[in-house]
Amino acid sequence: MKTLSRLYIGLILFFLYAPVLVMIVFSFNSSSSVWVFEGFSTEWYTGLLSDDVMITALGHTLIIAALSAVISTVLGTAAAVGIMAIRNKFAKKAIMGTTNIPMMNADIVTGISLMLLFIFIGKLIGLSESLGFVTVLIAHITFNLPYVILSVMPKLKQTDANLHEAALDLGCTPVKAFFKVILPSISTGIVTGLIMSFTLSLDDFVISYFTCGHYQTLPIIIYNMTKKSVTPDTYALSTIIFIVIFALLILYNMLSSKNESKALKRRV
Amino acid sequence: MQTENIVQLKDISVAFDGEKVLDNLSLDIKDKEFITLLGPSGCGKTTTLRLIAGFLEPDTGDIVFEGKKINGVPAYKRQVNTIFQRYALFPHLNVYENVAFGLRVKKMPEKQIKEKVTEMLKLVNLSGLEKRHIDTLSGGQQQRVAIARAIANHPKVLLLDEPLAALDLKLRKDMQKELKKIQQQLEITFIFVTHDQEEALTMSDRVVVMDGGKIQQVGTPQDIYNEPQNAFVADFIGESNIVDGIMLKDYFVEFSGSKFDCLDKGFEPNEAVDVVVRPEDVDIVPVDKGMLTGVVTSVSFLGVHYEIIVDIGGFKWMIQTTDEHFVDDKVGLYIEPDAIHIMKKSEYSGLYGDYSSFSEEMDLLNENQEVEE
Repeated sequence: MKTLSRLYIGLILFFLYAPVLVMIVFSFNSSSSVWVFEGFSTEWYTGLLSDDVMITALGHTLIIAALSAVISTVLGTAAAVGIMAIRNKFAKKAIMGTTNIPMMNADIVTGISLMLLFIFIGKLIGLSESLGFVTVLIAHITFNLPYVILSVMPKLKQTDANLHEAALDLGCTPVKAFFKVILPSISTGIVTGLIMSFTLSLDDFVISYFTCGHYQTLPIIIYNMTKKSVTPDTYALSTIIFIVIFALLILYNMLSSKNESKALKRRV
Repeated sequence: MQTENIVQLKDISVAFDGEKVLDNLSLDIKDKEFITLLGPSGCGKTTTLRLIAGFLEPDTGDIVFEGKKINGVPAYKRQVNTIFQRYALFPHLNVYENVAFGLRVKKMPEKQIKEKVTEMLKLVNLSGLEKRHIDTLSGGQQQRVAIARAIANHPKVLLLDEPLAALDLKLRKDMQKELKKIQQQLEITFIFVTHDQEEALTMSDRVVVMDGGKIQQVGTPQDIYNEPQNAFVADFIGESNIVDGIMLKDYFVEFSGSKFDCLDKGFEPNEAVDVVVRPEDVDIVPVDKGMLTGVVTSVSFLGVHYEIIVDIGGFKWMIQTTDEHFVDDKVGLYIEPDAIHIMKKSEYSGLYGDYSSFSEEMDLLNENQEVEE
């Protein structure tokens, strides 16, 4: 029974990761063949570095990911604190439901509707080209927000309601009390929200595709590359993206499990 | 010696969602006294504390601090500090930083902070634990940190919201003594909230008994115990037999079918009253020498004494005695005049004082059963 279940898990993992493994292996192929491995080489990686289009797109992706992560973390944290303070239970649930919609909504719907909105507003204020850096940034903030709220909220719930009052009692103004007492106790939630946002933003294709205009990000460049012909430099690039996201996810999981064990310890 | 009022509450009312929590409450708190707000949960004692701390504003009425109205003054500007029920220590800071928190906010120089924190930790017997993390402390130690953190700021008034509720019995007794010592040493006004009547009696200079958002009685622990103003106070503080009586004339009362001398006066002739007799004040005597006679219905041994229930004309009396008696014994009761306390009738009359059962819940169960039968 045990060997059977191990085999089963092994098969699942194999089918999940085999495609990625194949891609990684072929990204080190010395020829441009996509089916015969002719020798080890890193030429596709070095080639990427000298590709201007690629480097520009990488820059775009990083800027958008960093900015949208930071902005949505600030907004999301503020929103979580605000939602927690709502007394009316019905209003609280309604707002939580609304913030969760972008998370459940199909990317393509979010993407197209955002694009329509941006073009509409762009026409209203008389822009010749409405899609670009600003719109893709707004779009990324939009889909990151609920994830930040969801990772900050539980930390806020765990925080002793009297902490804020204790800080006021000891002479802090409400704002100072927030930064000196509440923020430190929800900081792990904020950091996980930040990492999550950065990761999501980094690998988003669908929503970016509809909202970026000429401000093309890396996933879009890859998509365009594959339209012509699939070359190993695509694999190299995808491998890099995979590894970066993999690392971020491990970091994220480590932080959340550390959180949980800490919370457990406190309860004991 | 302590005549000046440091905090005055004037005609305070508070309602949450239309439900009255405090009903026209007025109270003067003297400088440097240890005053306890005592009452069952939901009586408004914690709400009163939060009003003084500034976490809550009254719907009507004034809060006066050292003669000045402080309605609307935010919590961080008030010269009071609070010890919370679950301590509310800052989990991301160590013991030293928790105690130093208020001083840091006041921007005290680092050297002074160090002196102050050291002094405070010594006062609460925590010297040497400066670097310890809050999570690694026991409940009692956390309590001490909370005390040190609050009094490091030299508040004029310290508010304590059931601070000992989470500690076990022995530790609680030690902390009671220590709190009292600290209060006398620092000469700070303590406003202490508890539902534990024993705690209130041992620690306080004055006790405020509250129920239903109203003050039922204010007085010294002795006053509250010996001269309860109504059936609620008599029942909540200690054990008491409360029976219906008629005040025939001054110093003479009739209850349970007999007439008694007593020390109370000032009632109308033949006024209906509540009569309180404490279980420890009743002597059990042979039937022929008794002022009342009854049948023992239950006996429990409590170590120091026996607690026996005696049925007198259908009313169950509790009597504490060191002599052993047995169920179905016929006994006589003897009550000294100074053991009888007379109270005016109140809304609480008839609700308490019979020892058929100890809790309201049991009363309710019994009633339901009778209905079914």
